[in-house]
Amino acid sequence: MAFREYKIGSRMFAFALGSSMMITLYFPSKDIASVQATETALNRQLSFGRIGGFSVEDPFLKGQGKPVTVYLNKDPKTGSPIEPVTAYVYPVGVPFPSGLRHPRILGAGVKDLSLGQGRIADAKESSGAVFVVSAAGFNGKTLSYIENATATRGWQPSEALAAAGDANSRYIGSGKIMFVREGCWWCHTLLPEETQDWQYFGAPPMLGDFNGESPTAFGSDRKAPDLLHVASRNSSREWMTMHFYNPRLVQTHSIMPRYDYLWGEKDAAGNKIDYDKWRAEYNEYIAGKRVYAPEVPQPAAESEARKLIDFVMALK
Amino acid sequence: MLKYLFSKEEDIPPGTAAIFFGFSSIVWFVLGTGLGSFNAAKLAFPDFVTGIELLSFGHMRQVHVLAVILGWISMAFAMTMMYITPALGNTKLWSEKLGVWNCFLWNIGLGLGLFLLWNGVSSGREYSDMPWFIDLVVIFGVLFPLGINVWMTIKNRRTQGIYTTNWFFGAATFMVIVVFLVGNMPEFFNLTGLTEAYLTWWFAHNVLGLWITPVAAAISYYVVPKVTGNPLYSHRIGHLHFWSVVVFYSTPAAHHLMSAPLPEWLKSFASVEGVLILVPAIAFVSNLLLTMHGKWRMFVENVEIKYTITGVLLAIPLNMQGGFQQTRAINWYVHGTGWIVAHAHLALLGFSTFLEAAAVYYGLQVLLRRKVYSLSLANFHFWMLLIGFSTYWISMTIAGLIQGAGKIYEVPYIDVVIAEHPYMIARWVGGTMVFIGNVVWMYNMWMTARAGTPIPAGRLPHELAYER
Repeated sequence: MAFREYKIGSRMFAFALGSSMMITLYFPSKDIASVQATETALNRQLSFGRIGGFSVEDPFLKGQGKPVTVYLNKDPKTGSPIEPVTAYVYPVGVPFPSGLRHPRILGAGVKDLSLGQGRIADAKESSGAVFVVSAAGFNGKTLSYIENATATRGWQPSEALAAAGDANSRYIGSGKIMFVREGCWWCHTLLPEETQDWQYFGAPPMLGDFNGESPTAFGSDRKAPDLLHVASRNSSREWMTMHFYNPRLVQTHSIMPRYDYLWGEKDAAGNKIDYDKWRAEYNEYIAGKRVYAPEVPQPAAESEARKLIDFVMALK
Repeated sequence: MLKYLFSKEEDIPPGTAAIFFGFSSIVWFVLGTGLGSFNAAKLAFPDFVTGIELLSFGHMRQVHVLAVILGWISMAFAMTMMYITPALGNTKLWSEKLGVWNCFLWNIGLGLGLFLLWNGVSSGREYSDMPWFIDLVVIFGVLFPLGINVWMTIKNRRTQGIYTTNWFFGAATFMVIVVFLVGNMPEFFNLTGLTEAYLTWWFAHNVLGLWITPVAAAISYYVVPKVTGNPLYSHRIGHLHFWSVVVFYSTPAAHHLMSAPLPEWLKSFASVEGVLILVPAIAFVSNLLLTMHGKWRMFVENVEIKYTITGVLLAIPLNMQGGFQQTRAINWYVHGTGWIVAHAHLALLGFSTFLEAAAVYYGLQVLLRRKVYSLSLANFHFWMLLIGFSTYWISMTIAGLIQGAGKIYEVPYIDVVIAEHPYMIARWVGGTMVFIGNVVWMYNMWMTARAGTPIPAGRLPHELAYER
């Protein structure tokens, strides 16, 4: 580096690259950090848990260490009927999402309400907690905030799970792991565009809809319908079950892969699933030798298919 | 190769690292394009191989992408850096041993990362799919040793100035480390929300803009003057190219998220900067084509020039598309469609691959001191790549326009899938041609090492007539 030119050159290089980083990293992050979390963002992060991809608590993406979303119509502590409410149950040791770990990312107002009325600072991962999304006035505006129901209402995770039962429990966070692991997002975007898309796929997301969520998995290459609001278009669990097992049962021209392997060994009734038999019968059906397609097995409660369907049915 | 890992530096013949990198890159290219062809078959025929988790599209798509980017393209870059950087500095590679270790760790790290990805262990972020501990291996086991070798070789050069190619090599190895460190921050620190989404695309954009594009261009700045014997047309235009890449290509990352709820000023800024990509593009293309003055017959007769100039010519549609498709006026139509897939393959399989293939052909012949085994097979490889790529590009562009129309005119999505079907078959045919061409190339280079005509000292490979 004996040359004077190279001294000038390397300083020019540092200046050029530094300015570029300033504009493309520093200014946008200042801007994005000031965004206030919407109700959607609170629901999303509370149902997904800490990370939707690889994480130390779930290194092989089996859907471990994720919260359970439950629908409650009675108070889990007293058993008395209440207005139906969606609660997010974090059993002991399940990591909290970013909004609870770093409340500043919730944005002004939401952070203050969550820390004040919501008492989220009292929640501990080591003892588990139950959260709900509530609303209250803040500086003349109504804002949604996270409420730590374990602190405010005395709801314990195990009680909330017992009160809801399996029928009212949804494994949305684990389902998102399946969505990422199985690469659903390579073809299905989660981002209706700011074009005519809203007429078919629903409204594009708002600025604060993603605070606390990771990965956002917007997708870039849309080879299939957008899914951000899919459950609002099609709320049939039966249709989803058949479609995941073999998409061509319900949509002849679909190019989606079959996800029958997510059913695992046994179906909901505990019977062993005979895939070879099913495929042979399906091939006969395609060849016109059978009138009806073979019956799709009901996924078992703990199967990965059930979790993935829970996730997709929560995309409203 | 294992022998040289524990040899003394002076016992390792010069060029060893480059040769290992060269053959590794070809093997990854065969693997990557084979996976690509398999994936394309699944999009055309969804029940082709079905019901097996590890052979489903969602498990293999990212393996194809990262095998060609980090395996083929980046290892071919490393190969060229290992022999071009010292050649241009009239010196030896700073550490041949570090180069051999670099190649070893690269193959191990990438193999492990892709194995995990294949099994679904993914961060869920496109292009930075690898979990963070693999990213750390890539940064500190792969990119950093490469950078040190390049920087130290440039520093220890025995020439007074630094040639254009080495500016790019030195700067790009530095920038790609910055890009990997910053772009993977969402995984290192669990950043969330729009920050995560934006940094995902900041990474994806800058890996292309500050690593693949400049290094590919730098390679051709070496190959064309070296093989034709013409001096580079203009070093000043080279300066313009270099500085405009640093300034204009590092800024438009947000144009990948044109329809996401990012700050509007950022999208507008990115869009304007995105058009300015035409500045380095025009500088590069004109400089290289003018360097060819008086030697255009070599475009037909010489295989390295044929590859390089084809790559340079493909930079014209690449940058015309790239500059304009990201403006709002066009992006709303093509965003998220097969058009973008076609464009990505134009960049990586068209422009970039042709430039690297030339340098790998040339470098292996020079380093092995053997003329390429069969020129006919090399030409066959060229035409399989070019026709296969063109089939892919044209079919996916048409499919993308169909998808765009379907999006804008609210056509039920399944009708778009039906309309795209013929183009999906064409894409599979094109991709398979590329794969077959690469298998032939692997055979050809293997035979070159074993049975190519020896090149006498002081001669260039293309100066030799064929004996057989």
